[in-house]
Amino acid sequence: MNPEDQESSAVATLDPGPDKVIGPGHDYGSVTDEIGGVVFMPFLKTPRQLFTGFACAFVLVNLLMVAVTWLFVRGVGIWGIVIPVAWGFAIVNFVWWIGIGHAGTLISAILLLLKQDWRTSINRFSEAMTLFAVACAGMFPILHLGRPWLAYWLLPYPNTMWLWPQPRSPLIWDVFAVSTYATVSFIFWFTGLIPDFATMRDKAGNSLAQKIFGTLAMGWRGSAKHWARYQKAYLLLAGLSTPLVVSVHSVVSFDFAVAILPGWHTTIFPPYFVAGAIYSGFAMVLTLAIPVRRWYHLEDLITMRHIECMAKVMLGTGLIVAYGYAMEAFMAWYSGGIYERYAFVNRMWAGGYWWTYWVLILCNIAIPQLLWSRRVRMSVPAVFMIALVVNVGMWLERFVIVVTSLTRDFVPSSWGMYYPTIWDWSTYLGTIGVFLSLMFLFVRGLPAISIFEMREVVHHEAEPVHAHGD
Amino acid sequence: MPTETRASGQLERVYGLMAEFDQPEPLLEAARRARAEGYRNMDAYTPMPVEGLADAIGFRTSWVERLVFLGGVAGGTGGFMLCWWITVIAYPHIVAGRPLNSWPAYVPITFESMVLIACITAVVGMLALNGLPQPYHPVFNVAQFARASRDRFFLCIESTDPKFDLEATRTFLEQLQPREVTEVEP
Repeated sequence: MNPEDQESSAVATLDPGPDKVIGPGHDYGSVTDEIGGVVFMPFLKTPRQLFTGFACAFVLVNLLMVAVTWLFVRGVGIWGIVIPVAWGFAIVNFVWWIGIGHAGTLISAILLLLKQDWRTSINRFSEAMTLFAVACAGMFPILHLGRPWLAYWLLPYPNTMWLWPQPRSPLIWDVFAVSTYATVSFIFWFTGLIPDFATMRDKAGNSLAQKIFGTLAMGWRGSAKHWARYQKAYLLLAGLSTPLVVSVHSVVSFDFAVAILPGWHTTIFPPYFVAGAIYSGFAMVLTLAIPVRRWYHLEDLITMRHIECMAKVMLGTGLIVAYGYAMEAFMAWYSGGIYERYAFVNRMWAGGYWWTYWVLILCNIAIPQLLWSRRVRMSVPAVFMIALVVNVGMWLERFVIVVTSLTRDFVPSSWGMYYPTIWDWSTYLGTIGVFLSLMFLFVRGLPAISIFEMREVVHHEAEPVHAHGD
Repeated sequence: MPTETRASGQLERVYGLMAEFDQPEPLLEAARRARAEGYRNMDAYTPMPVEGLADAIGFRTSWVERLVFLGGVAGGTGGFMLCWWITVIAYPHIVAGRPLNSWPAYVPITFESMVLIACITAVVGMLALNGLPQPYHPVFNVAQFARASRDRFFLCIESTDPKFDLEATRTFLEQLQPREVTEVEP
C-alpha cells in the first residue's frame, strides 16, 4: 500500500479468483477512485452497452406508458382477467417483483449481521435493486384496482364516507407490509449512501456535482462521534430489516394462504414464499451484477468469490423451494381432500396449463442442480444463464400458483380459463423496462459499490490476522 | 502562514489544531495519547469507521438505541391501537363470527408499524444527534480535509478544551508524527 499516491494507482482490474473479495494492490484511494470514477466518467465515455441497454429499457418504459394510458381509459377489461381468474398477471408480477426485492435486504441486512465479507461490494447494488423492484411491484396492485386514482382509499385516514380499511384482511396487511418495506429499503439504502455522498462531494470536479452531492451528504464529515452513532443506527436497521424481509413475503403469501381456495390454502406458503423470494432475488442480482461488472471493469471488486457465494445461496434456497413443491404435492395426496387433490392433478397434467408446471420444475429445480458442480459455479456465462432460467422459473411459479388455482374452483360452473392479452404482456415488459432503466441510471449516477465499506475491506485485508484465503 | 503572527491572546479565533495521518492505527494511537495527556474536547475524522476510535477520544453514547426502542414501542402500540380503534370503535363489523377485538389479526400491522417507526427513528435520530444536516463546519476550512472522505485520518483538538494552548498543543501533536499539523479557522 502506498499512501503517497496522489491519484489512483493503476490497479489491474483482474479477478483475483475465488478466495478474495478484493483484487490485489488496492488502497483507500484506489477503491475510492475506481468506484467514484464510474460516476465522474465523462458522459460520452460511458460504456456503449450502457447506452444500448438504457435505450432498450426506455423503449419498454414507453410501452408501459401506452399500456397504462389505455388501462386508465378503458379499465381492467383490456387485460385477460375474467371471473374466476380475477387476479391474473397483475398479481403474478406483483409477487415476482416483491420476491426479487428480497435479495437486496437479505444481502445488506442478514449478511451484515452474519459478518459475511463477500456482502460488501454487492450490497449497495442489490439495495438499489430492491428499491426499484418494490417500485415495480407496487404499481401492479394499484393498476389492478380498477380505479387506480382511488388507491389512497387503502390507507386508514379519516374520511367523509366514515369508512375504514379492514385490518383483519391480508390485503390490508399487504398495504402495510409493502409500504413499510419500500420505506425501510429506501432509508437503508440512503443511510448507506451518506458517507459516499460526502466522498463524491469532495471528489466532484464541477460545482454543480459538488452542490448536489454536498446537499445529499448533509455535511457529513466522517467524525468519529458520527461514525459511532451511524454504525449503531446501521446495525439496528439491519436487525429490524431482517424480520421485516421475512414478514413481507409471509404477508404476501397470506394473501393466498388465508383464502380457502385449493392450491392456495396451505400452511407451507410463508416459508416457501420467503425462500422463493430470496431465490429469485439472488438470480436477479447475478443477472444484473455480471454484465455491470464486465462493462465497468469491476472484476477486482466483484470477484469470483461473490459470484460463487451467490450461486451457492441460489442453490440452497432453490432446494428449499423444491422441498416446498414436494410438500405441496405430498399434502395434496396425504390430506385426502378431494378438492386439494384435484387442484394438483389439474396443475400437473389434467389442466390447460400443465406445461407451465413442468417448465417451472425444469427451470427452478432441474437446471439449477448444475450449480453443485464447482466448474459450473466458476463459469460466469453458466451462472448468468442459470440465473436467467431461475428468473423465468420463479415467474412461472407465481403464474402456476395464481392462475391454475383460480381456474378450477370448487364448483364446475365457476371454472374458466385465463389468457393474457397483449396489454398484460405490455404492462409486464414495461415494468421490466422501468426496473432496468432505473438500474442503468443508478450505476451511472451514484456509487454502485459502497466505497466506505470497501475501505474497511482494504483495511481488513491489510491486517495479516484477518487475511482471507492465505 | 497566520500562525507566526498570531498572539496567544487571539486563541478564540482558532477552532482547533488538526493533525493528519496516513493510516488508522497511528490516529488511534494519537487519540489515546491525547486523551492520556488530558485533552477532552477533540474529534477524529476518518473515511470509514475505525474500531475503537470513539472509545479512544472518550466518546460514549447509547441514545440511538434508546430512541429506536422508544420508536419501536410507539410504532407497535400505535399500529395495534389503530387496528383496535378501527375494528372496535370506528367501523365495528363482525367478520366470521369473531369478536370485534380480534387481536391475532392485528399482529402483522402491529409488527410492520413497529419496524417502520423504529427504522425511521434510527435514521432521523442518528442524523439529529449528529447535528446533521449541517451546512457549515470549520474543519472544512483545512485544505487537506477533502481527503478525510478518501484516504486520510485526522485528529482535531478543539480550542474549547481547557488544556488547549496553541503552542503547547501544537508541540504535543507534532510528537505524534503526523504528516502535518494545521490550524483550523473557525
